[in-house]
Amino acid sequence: MNKNILTKIIINLLLLLFVVVWVLPTFGLFVSSFRDKDLLATSGWWTTFNTNEVNEIYRTKTFEDQIEENGKFFIKGNLLVKNSGKKVISYGITSKEMNKYKINEKAILKNKSEIEISENGEYVWKSDEPFKHERGKRIFITALSPPKFTLDNYKEVLFKEGIGQAFLNTLTVAIPSTIIPLIICSFFAYALSWMKFWGRDTLFALIVASLVVPLQMCLIPLLSIYNDVGALFNIGAKSYPGVWMAHTGFGLASTTFLLRNFIKSLPNEMIEAARVDGATHYDIFLRIIIPLSVPAFASVFILQFLWVWNDLLVGLIFLDQVPSEIILTAKLRELLGSRGENWEILTTGAFVSMTVPLFIFFALQRYFIRGLVAGSVKG
Amino acid sequence: MTTTSFFLYVFLGIVVCFSYFHLSNLALDFFSEKNSNNFSKKSVLRPYIFIAPAFIILVIFILYPVVETLRLSFFNKTGFEFVGIKNYVWAAKDPEFKRAILNNLGWLLVVPTLSAFFGLVIAYLADKLWWGTIAKSIIFMPMAISFVGAGVIWKFVYDYRGPGDDQIGFLNAVVVSLGFEPQAWMTIPIWNNLFLMAIMIWIQTGLAMVIFSAALRGIPKEMIEAARIDGASEFKIFTSIIIPYLEKTILVIWTIITILVLKIFDIILAMTNGQWNTEVLANLMYDWMFRGGGDSGRGSLMAIVIMIGVIPIMIWNIRRHKEDEKS
Repeated sequence: MNKNILTKIIINLLLLLFVVVWVLPTFGLFVSSFRDKDLLATSGWWTTFNTNEVNEIYRTKTFEDQIEENGKFFIKGNLLVKNSGKKVISYGITSKEMNKYKINEKAILKNKSEIEISENGEYVWKSDEPFKHERGKRIFITALSPPKFTLDNYKEVLFKEGIGQAFLNTLTVAIPSTIIPLIICSFFAYALSWMKFWGRDTLFALIVASLVVPLQMCLIPLLSIYNDVGALFNIGAKSYPGVWMAHTGFGLASTTFLLRNFIKSLPNEMIEAARVDGATHYDIFLRIIIPLSVPAFASVFILQFLWVWNDLLVGLIFLDQVPSEIILTAKLRELLGSRGENWEILTTGAFVSMTVPLFIFFALQRYFIRGLVAGSVKG
Repeated sequence: MTTTSFFLYVFLGIVVCFSYFHLSNLALDFFSEKNSNNFSKKSVLRPYIFIAPAFIILVIFILYPVVETLRLSFFNKTGFEFVGIKNYVWAAKDPEFKRAILNNLGWLLVVPTLSAFFGLVIAYLADKLWWGTIAKSIIFMPMAISFVGAGVIWKFVYDYRGPGDDQIGFLNAVVVSLGFEPQAWMTIPIWNNLFLMAIMIWIQTGLAMVIFSAALRGIPKEMIEAARIDGASEFKIFTSIIIPYLEKTILVIWTIITILVLKIFDIILAMTNGQWNTEVLANLMYDWMFRGGGDSGRGSLMAIVIMIGVIPIMIWNIRRHKEDEKS
């Protein structure tokens, strides 16, 4: 009996280990996208929930703000931004000795004036002589900063970095690239399943073969066709309709294959009965097949939509890399090159690009898994 | 493009699609009714109305390009001058190409094996626990996101800061906390390939897991019970009953992931762009499509090499479907 319990515990722990390893990278990205960009650059995301020690530089006010009391001169103020929640623990007046003084300990400057800083960032600078400095004195502080979350990264990424536009571009690519093949291939799949015509079996074998043909086999000739067509009509070779057609072409085999397998599995008697009643194949397709195939359509729709949404290669080759056409994945890749160290932009941008797939994943998991598993053979 | 014109385009596209099918079918009904031998004519013509658009697209976007790519691989960089096997001879001597082939072989060896292995183990474990469904759902999640997105996620994990600084990459933070020196993982030849492969394994394990999970349910419970009564350990049951039973499923998963790995592109382009000896065929091909004004001969050759890797699987697939059709 003991052995059984031990096995159970091991199984639980092992699976938990897998789950943790699998979820941590994404979780780190998610948390980071809400962090302050300065903190993000200097400390790991796992410290987000801790109170962090930060080193910052501030300047005092200038001579204009001095007040005179009993023959002494004072400059008073607060170094910290209001409501920052930070607490000063130590400070210094030269960059070499940034932590020389504890709070409420007096720092004495060369000219005998004294500075004193308290925990909440308030400072008093006292001198026997009038102040003359025109730039504020630099003060180095070490402070404790409480966990803080912000939507600033999202604002910046969506509106300044062009991710918002790229998001719309991707949507412009993805919706027609999903609906067009779905319409065309459903007719094709029906013909392959229930109509008799010359060369049907060969055509189906061709579809099965096309399933695994690597995209790379088609790129160079297609690009030159696109260039020729563009030159012929004196328009740009790269355009949205061009990308829709390319995605239709590359998704054709898998969409047809999946729909055909489903439509073929519908009961023979039903279709025969309709034929006997004088219905044409077109009637049968509209009135019987489409209503019955809704779940299959849902799976295929999701599969193709996600494939297009996540695609990089087709978007790179058949669209211009300009703000009005660049898709999310291409934009992210560009940012990885140009802003490789700006993690606030990268993490947030990546997360924005994942919102739609993740939404589909959580909302339509059943169709999603069915579609992905059935369609995973796509070349 | 503005939002209104976008919706207009989309709407028009879809209307054109539908009206083609609707009008051509109506026309067929209309004209053949006047004919005496209408029924046969209708049933002869209608299939071609159904298949025409898809067939035309198939020819333009898949069949013609495949033949053309094969032709181009024997032509010079502009595609106008026949050069025989010159491109292939060049490739055999090119160190970059050799590196890409070796790396692709490495990917082929490691990624399908480990993805299938982890997928099977997780599916098996999850089947036994009440929270298994949740676990499976979490592990499947990376399948939903793009390779580039996954690239960003993992680039963050692999991030490197100098030894004195606080590490913000998770991997280096762990390494440092264990008392070792932090490493710039992406720049260490050979090892960096493994770190890139880890990304693909992270993604594909979910797929393997879901397929295995379905297959596991097909194993007769009595068989496992019997083994358990005979005193077989969990591990023994797993290796001697489950794995042999899943042989065919393992083969299917292996082929799926193999095809994906042959074409691996996005991850490399986003993470290293082939630097530090991480070049792969698909990325090298993309490079040659544009390098020096583009070389369609060399680019095509690389596509052909990827294709050669796929052909055995293609033949196996067609055979399998022919058998399915018969039964």
